[in-house]
Amino acid sequence: MENILEVKNLSKKYQDFELKNINIALPKGMIMGIIGENGAGKSTTIKSILNLIQADKGEIKIFGLDYQKNETKIKEDIGVVLDDSFLSEYLTPNDINKMMKQIYKNWDETLYFKYIEDFHLPKDKISKDYSSGMKMKLKIAVALSHHPKLLILDEPTSGLDPVARNEILDIFQDFIQDESKGILVSSHITSDLEHIADYITFINHGEIVLSKTRDELLENYGIVKCSAEEFQKIASKDYVKYKKNRYEYDVLVENKFEFKKKYDAPIVDKPTIEEIMLIYIKGEK
Amino acid sequence: MNIIISNSSGTPIYEQIREQIKNKIVSNELKTGELLPSIRVLAKDLRISVITTKNAYEELEKEGYVQTIPGKGTYVANKNIELIREEQLQKIESLMDTAVSIAKISQISKEDLRNMLEILYGEEK
Repeated sequence: MENILEVKNLSKKYQDFELKNINIALPKGMIMGIIGENGAGKSTTIKSILNLIQADKGEIKIFGLDYQKNETKIKEDIGVVLDDSFLSEYLTPNDINKMMKQIYKNWDETLYFKYIEDFHLPKDKISKDYSSGMKMKLKIAVALSHHPKLLILDEPTSGLDPVARNEILDIFQDFIQDESKGILVSSHITSDLEHIADYITFINHGEIVLSKTRDELLENYGIVKCSAEEFQKIASKDYVKYKKNRYEYDVLVENKFEFKKKYDAPIVDKPTIEEIMLIYIKGEK
Repeated sequence: MNIIISNSSGTPIYEQIREQIKNKIVSNELKTGELLPSIRVLAKDLRISVITTKNAYEELEKEGYVQTIPGKGTYVANKNIELIREEQLQKIESLMDTAVSIAKISQISKEDLRNMLEILYGEEK
C-alpha cells in the first residue's frame, strides 16, 4: 500500500528534550493516532512534520514528495489543526472566509459555510466569544474546507464534551471514505482513538515505543493479573512490562493467546490503550 | 443487515463481524452474489477502524465465503454447500462430545440425554 505520509529518522535536540529517530508510515486511506503523555513529544513531532520546527535530521515525504522541496505545493493539500490557533480570535467565521479565499487556491466557500452551519457556529460572532468546543469545530471547519488530502491534527478533541468528540470522530470517518486520503491525529484521550484509528503510535520521552495496527494492539495484547508467586514463574521474554500493585501484579503481554497456551494464567484481561500506555510508562522490566 | 458488535466481549471485533456475516451466509439471509457494504462504509457505520473490517473480509475471503472484485466490491461467493455442511457437522459433533462427557461424569443416562435432545430440537420447530 502506498504511504501518504512517511517520516524517517526524524530527530530534534533541545536543551532539556530530545526527539529521537521518529519513524512513521501512514498508508493511504488510514487514520493514525499518536498517543503519549503531555510533553512526550507528540506536538514536536507534528510541528516538525509541518516544518514549523526545523528538525536536526530526518526525511519527510508527503504524497510521495520531499517535504522541504515541495512545501508550498504540499501545503495546498494538507488540512491542519494545531493546539495553538493561527487564527486571530477577533475574527468571525465570515472574516475567516474572506481571508482563506486569498490563501488557498482550492478554498470552497460553500463547503465551509456548510460546516459552519452543521456545527451551529454563529457566523457574525468573533471566535473569542465561542466555547472551547465551538472554537475547535471552527478550526476543523477551516482545516477541511480547501479539500485537503491529508489531515494533521494536534489534540483536536481535548476540552470537548463527549457529544462534540463524537461528531468530530464522525467527520474523520467521513473524510477517509475516500481511500486516497489520510489522517494523522494526536490525542491524549485514548478512548477516542481506540475505535476508529487504524494505527496507534505511542510516543514516550521523545521516542516511539510502539506503532501497531489497532487490532494487533487491542486484540492481541493482554494484561495478566496475578499474584507475586505466579509472576515469578513467568519468563522475562514472555512479557513486555509489569506493574506491581498492592494486591496483584499487572503484566503486559504481547500476545495473550500464546501466553494462555504456555501458562496457566488465571486472568488475562483485554486491555484498553490507556492501560497499555500506563504499564509502559509506569511499569518495570 | 444487522451486525451487532460488543466492545466488552473477549472475542476480537473482526472475529465478531466474520462470524455474523458467515452465519448470515450459511442461513441464506445473505444470498450468493449479493454485494456487501464496502470496508469503509461498514467501518464508519459500526464506528470501528477500517483495518478491522478489512481483516474480517479477508478472513471470509480466505474461507471462501466472499469474493472481492477490485474496484467493484465484495460479494457473497458461490459457496460450496457440502463444505459448509461438513463444517457445521464437525462443530455439532464436538459440542455433542462435550455434552456426552459431562453426562458421563454426572452419570446422566443416554436415555435422559436423548430425551433432552428431543425436547430441544422439538422446541426449535
